[in-house]
Amino acid sequence: MAEIITANIGYKPNQDVFSETMQRLAENDKDIIAVTSDSRGSGKLVPFGKKFPKQIVEVGIAEQNLVGVAAGLASCGKKVFAVSPACFLTARALEQIKNDVAYSDNPVKVIGISAGVSYGALGSTHHSLHDFAVLRAINNIIIVAPADNYETEKAVELASQTPHPVYMRFGKKPMPLLNEANDDSFAFGKGRVIREGDDVAIIATGETVYPALLAANKLSEQNISTAVVSMHTIKPLDTALVKKLAEKCRAVITVEEHSVCGGLGEACASYLLQQGIMKPFAIIGIPDEYTVTGSQQDIFNHYDISEKGIAARAVSLLKK
Amino acid sequence: MTIKELKQRSIQYRKNVLKYILQAKAGHTGGSLSCVDILNVLYNDTMNVSPQNFSSPDRDRYIQSKGHSVEALYVVLADKGFFPEKDLETLCQYKSHYIGHPTRKVNGIEQNTGALGHGLPIAAGTALAAKLDGRAYRVFTLLGDGELPEGSNWEAALTAAHYQLDNLCAIIDKNTLQITGATADVCNTDPLDKKFESFGWAVKEVDGNDPGELKKLFDSLPFEKGKPSLVIAHTVKGKGVSFMENDVKWHHGVPGKEQYEKAIEELDHALTVI
Repeated sequence: MAEIITANIGYKPNQDVFSETMQRLAENDKDIIAVTSDSRGSGKLVPFGKKFPKQIVEVGIAEQNLVGVAAGLASCGKKVFAVSPACFLTARALEQIKNDVAYSDNPVKVIGISAGVSYGALGSTHHSLHDFAVLRAINNIIIVAPADNYETEKAVELASQTPHPVYMRFGKKPMPLLNEANDDSFAFGKGRVIREGDDVAIIATGETVYPALLAANKLSEQNISTAVVSMHTIKPLDTALVKKLAEKCRAVITVEEHSVCGGLGEACASYLLQQGIMKPFAIIGIPDEYTVTGSQQDIFNHYDISEKGIAARAVSLLKK
Repeated sequence: MTIKELKQRSIQYRKNVLKYILQAKAGHTGGSLSCVDILNVLYNDTMNVSPQNFSSPDRDRYIQSKGHSVEALYVVLADKGFFPEKDLETLCQYKSHYIGHPTRKVNGIEQNTGALGHGLPIAAGTALAAKLDGRAYRVFTLLGDGELPEGSNWEAALTAAHYQLDNLCAIIDKNTLQITGATADVCNTDPLDKKFESFGWAVKEVDGNDPGELKKLFDSLPFEKGKPSLVIAHTVKGKGVSFMENDVKWHHGVPGKEQYEKAIEELDHALTVI
């Protein structure tokens, strides 16, 4: 059974790790540029801006321009991280992401901060529950939602070296490390098996991997063997791993801090159906309704993105 | 190139625009004819860009925000040797890279455009990169007057002034017509000079169909140190073909064979009286 590294519970928010990694990269690379839309505070980039004043470009609250300017900088060889709350960045500037970044293949790193329901009580204007869905339908952009600090650090490093567009989203909540983080095996498009199991497979992404892991541990008390995968890359999807899990396990559950429409769950379902692999299957995410209000944790609990909720869905799915 | 040669070149470009639009049975005729003098002067006189230096980080950049007038850009790039002119015979055909808006699949094109309001932000970022790197290249972008209500233009106008991008020159092809009708009736954006000046730009106006005047103006760039430059180019939609001029139906109207021949006749005559 995988042990959660409990000593690190209450570790750092992934977006803090993003900022620290950016600072480390910028020390030796003057081409690393952060472009912000009055978002350096939320993006934890204030220290970056102080240390590297020539490597931060502020455009004010203007997300479309943020992405266009980032595309222009990237076309001249800059390693550009365009940083803004995910809710605004991937909705208001979607056309710029589609055309100026993805279609033109300008290697901008589009960074959605305070993603999902991180801004829980601020309401739906501030939630990004659509970003996976809309970006999945756009050619030529890698979509990444790191689960913990290790994945975040690796993803930022890797993105800085990737000569194509990448979208990454981070949350505000301190995240525990999910596993030993001392290897270099992290790669876009390769899910991380956090826990092995053969009754039910939980494929989760971003900040929902942690409750998925808690649920798996709870299920083991009922002798239900549960695999947990951090599917940090939504696109390209690690279909080989999805297939392997679905063939091995009796049921598959996906978990995401995203609408149940068009995200990780539907990507897995589409793949499995087209492969002819029929297993009891459930998508846990935010349903297509007026989203309940409250903190991120309240919202997670309300929609079963929790130890209890995920475990209960697994039990009921295995009865099918 | 002398002014007379530039003028001859403009007419030849107009003939080529019509030729390939006729072949393709598609294209944005009116806007291509209004902006072709601007492209002519930029590529043949003002800008330091050629097929030989296109991969150099120090080349001047041109980003066409009004991407739909791509036929004008294609004929100029072909003439400059970025690709064989013969390639344009595939314009808008199945699997051709020579489609109805610019893409980087075509040699010489800097950015994929087509959705309006995108050129200026990208151009601002490109100009900012030059400032960050201490490079001397300049960035030119061409906007249609009809695309100015797109808010992203004004966001980028703020950024360009804030970062004092005097290596950036935006040119508005002010042909005063857009697909619905007169731009002033659709959404009046005048007075453009005062608007951009109040945003922190240095603004000059020019007859955008006069290569000599355009050359003189571009030679004076930047208009003011520390400010981005805006050229309001007063142009005529459909310029050079009497029955196309100032008629909105030629926004994306395509000539038939007879109309084409008449147009060529007029342009050939114009060549004789330069």
